Amino acid sequence: MDFDKLLREVHAIGRTVLRVHAAEVDKAARFPAESIAALQEARLLSAYVPEKYGGMGLTVMQVAKICEALGQYCGSSAMIYAMHKIQVACVVHHAQQSAYFQNYLQRLVTEQRLMASATTEVGTGGDLRSSICAVETVGDRFTLMKKAPVISYGEAADDILVTCRQSPGAAANEQVHVLVKKGEYTAIPLSTWDTMGFRGTCSSGFELTSSGGVEQIIPQPFNEILGRTMHPFSHIVWGSLWSGIAMDAVNQARAFVRAEARKTPGETPISAIRLAEADQVLQGMRHNVTSLAREYEGLLAQNRPEAFEEFGFSIRTNNLKLSCSQQLVDIVGRAMLICGISGYRNDSKFSIARHLRDAYGAALMVNNDRILKLNATMLMVHKEG
Amino acid sequence: MNNDHHIIIAPEIREILCKHGRVSAEHLGVGDDLYNAGLTSLATVAVMLALEDKFNVEFPDTMIGRRTFKSIDSIAEAITKLAA
Repeated sequence: MDFDKLLREVHAIGRTVLRVHAAEVDKAARFPAESIAALQEARLLSAYVPEKYGGMGLTVMQVAKICEALGQYCGSSAMIYAMHKIQVACVVHHAQQSAYFQNYLQRLVTEQRLMASATTEVGTGGDLRSSICAVETVGDRFTLMKKAPVISYGEAADDILVTCRQSPGAAANEQVHVLVKKGEYTAIPLSTWDTMGFRGTCSSGFELTSSGGVEQIIPQPFNEILGRTMHPFSHIVWGSLWSGIAMDAVNQARAFVRAEARKTPGETPISAIRLAEADQVLQGMRHNVTSLAREYEGLLAQNRPEAFEEFGFSIRTNNLKLSCSQQLVDIVGRAMLICGISGYRNDSKFSIARHLRDAYGAALMVNNDRILKLNATMLMVHKEG
Repeated sequence: MNNDHHIIIAPEIREILCKHGRVSAEHLGVGDDLYNAGLTSLATVAVMLALEDKFNVEFPDTMIGRRTFKSIDSIAEAITKLAA
């Protein structure tokens, strides 16, 4: 796999497809169908699927690079791609021992299926580690009903991974992850998605009613999937696409500064100093992501599941999310100041408006206060060795 | 594995697990796996702090881990060791 070549292809898709539709996707709050179709055509939906199933077999770091690239063209498309990849990683890391999921991975490759996620639930207050709904099995069939306040791109997705209690008698935190497939579920909308940013993710709420075969229940418990995959993988790919958004804002600012500098050759405009400051924060943000991605790849390679139960890695993962979501707002805000009124306008080529609106979403998707509280608890006993 | 100390403090550990560990420990045996019974690693922090307060001990870093909080028995063993 020539990854540099692939990354150039991703940038080409970004320039010719994502960027072309980004403003309209944002304005209409519609699913970026053109972007996802282009990514499917380039076989990128199975980038993290191992080669033995026909996928590209990319590493976490490489997937993160793709998310960062996409983030530079359309935040919503990049977010959808990143969220899809999180679901793919859950299957790749936790379900390959099952013949059903081996077959599913092959279908994901050939059909370029888009996976979504239904983790949060009406009534649990955003706590992923607790479910009200339960999967009910009779013989080799299951039924499952969940009221999900948010299912990003729920209407466009082919398949949805749903968290629920493992049986009607199980405790709230005895959870499993169930794959429900298009054609086997109905989704009644509970809410609309008219938000400040990430408008193209179409993250409406749904009442999801599904059925299927018991083999669609991922064989490992959800707490292991969350600890080893969903939690670290999410924060790495989110941090990456947020970096992409920040990079594009800084690039807009750079173009603006250059246009200014042309007017007064030989003199460095004051805005160039602001650009240098923004770039410094951006470097820190990108370094944060690659540093944790590297640590995560190392832990995965060790094949030591208990490493993910240790507080240290969990705290660092949370810190990555906290820092990146704050740095994104900081960097985009700086870029806006550099571009001045041209950045503030919606109708200028230097507009930073969409970037800024997207940026504020980062602190809210898994609320930073919830994450801080978890770290606060763990830090009472954990200290770095 | 059990000695007298363990048996004496087991009810108090059970009470702390119910109250602070969000585990229904009333009917758990002293050797039963607490993580299988729903104890999360995050909840062990509250359990540990309550145990430290109750038994006037302090868990050193080396004892903060899954092995210590695996069962009522392993917790009792740790406390007995710390209080000795």
